[in-house]
Amino acid sequence: MIYEVFRQEKKGAAFAHAGSVDAPDATFAEAFAREQYGRRQESEALWVVPRAAIHTVTDFADELNKTYHRVDGYSLKAKLKEARERAGTARAS
Amino acid sequence: MDDQAFLDYVQAGGQVETGDSMPADYRAKLVKFIEMHGNSELMGVLPEREWILRAPTLQRKLALTAKVQDEVGHSQLIYRVVEDLGKPREQCLADLISGKAKFHNVFHYPTKTWGDVGVIAWLVDAAAIISQKALLRCSYAPYARIMKKICWEESFHILHGRDVILTMMNGTDEQRELVQEALNRWWGPLMQFHGNPIPKEDDPMYVWRIKSQGNEEARQQFLDGYVPQIWELGLTVPDAKLRKRDDGVWEYSEPDWDELKHVVTGHGPKTQERLAFRRKFLEQEAWVRSVVLAEAA
Repeated sequence: MIYEVFRQEKKGAAFAHAGSVDAPDATFAEAFAREQYGRRQESEALWVVPRAAIHTVTDFADELNKTYHRVDGYSLKAKLKEARERAGTARAS
Repeated sequence: MDDQAFLDYVQAGGQVETGDSMPADYRAKLVKFIEMHGNSELMGVLPEREWILRAPTLQRKLALTAKVQDEVGHSQLIYRVVEDLGKPREQCLADLISGKAKFHNVFHYPTKTWGDVGVIAWLVDAAAIISQKALLRCSYAPYARIMKKICWEESFHILHGRDVILTMMNGTDEQRELVQEALNRWWGPLMQFHGNPIPKEDDPMYVWRIKSQGNEEARQQFLDGYVPQIWELGLTVPDAKLRKRDDGVWEYSEPDWDELKHVVTGHGPKTQERLAFRRKFLEQEAWVRSVVLAEAA
């Protein structure tokens, strides 16, 4: 059975996928994961997950190109310039 | 995506995941390349294993054991990648011990003295890490990802090898002579290691962006990085033609490509002995696999 291994490099960091191990059961999977990803103190923690338990999602629709909920939907430079001019606070450049 | 669109995609730096559709030729090339890498990690421990019991100090014995464990671990990770591409590990091992599959030229040679152990860990690993670092940009992402861990461990190995060499070079004349003799033995295979200098555009592994550099590029990088380090220790590289031109390119005597071909097709001085060793251990430990798998079932 294939187990996917995720490792956390530092406390507080996100778990990132490290690789997979082939093991007959969870006990062996843990032992193999420890040997592969933990024997030099390079990991703070591991998640060892049966591959079958992972549900992958890759399709994210954005047909309407909804920029209003992203930071690239807001270009403030020209507006800020105009607002500063109207307020008389524009910096001499 | 048709084959041409896929080719454009990987050539533009695009990466592929296990479940993505890919041209059959790409998948076949990936399996061939990655399997050969896995075989090389597994066979590569045998020359060093021979010296675990003869290591000069306890520290060296522990370090060498750890290195051997690392390399076997690499082969496990790499065979996993091959398995996900459709070729089971059992089949990889069967093809390896039957002599059908290949492994790197440098692992077909004997380790005569402790000097050879130092030269392998320092220079063979250095040559290998140049290829492996270029695989961090492989178009097949699962392979590129495990290469991060592999490169990280290989960097310890190079340090260990360099430490062995420096210790010997600071030792007696006899120790220094062992290093020079080992270098003389390994220089030919090292120069053959990165393969013949075909233009990278003609190398299918580069075309598919499985490799991200050409053979000659890798060899030049090796020479540029390591020849000065060899020279500064007072060692002589056994190639009278070796020199760095004003334009930065290294000139060297033509490596023996016939020897390379002969060795990797199963005719190296230690090929058959080492394959027999693998065969013996696969048979001897078959009961462990059957017990473990039966208990888990």
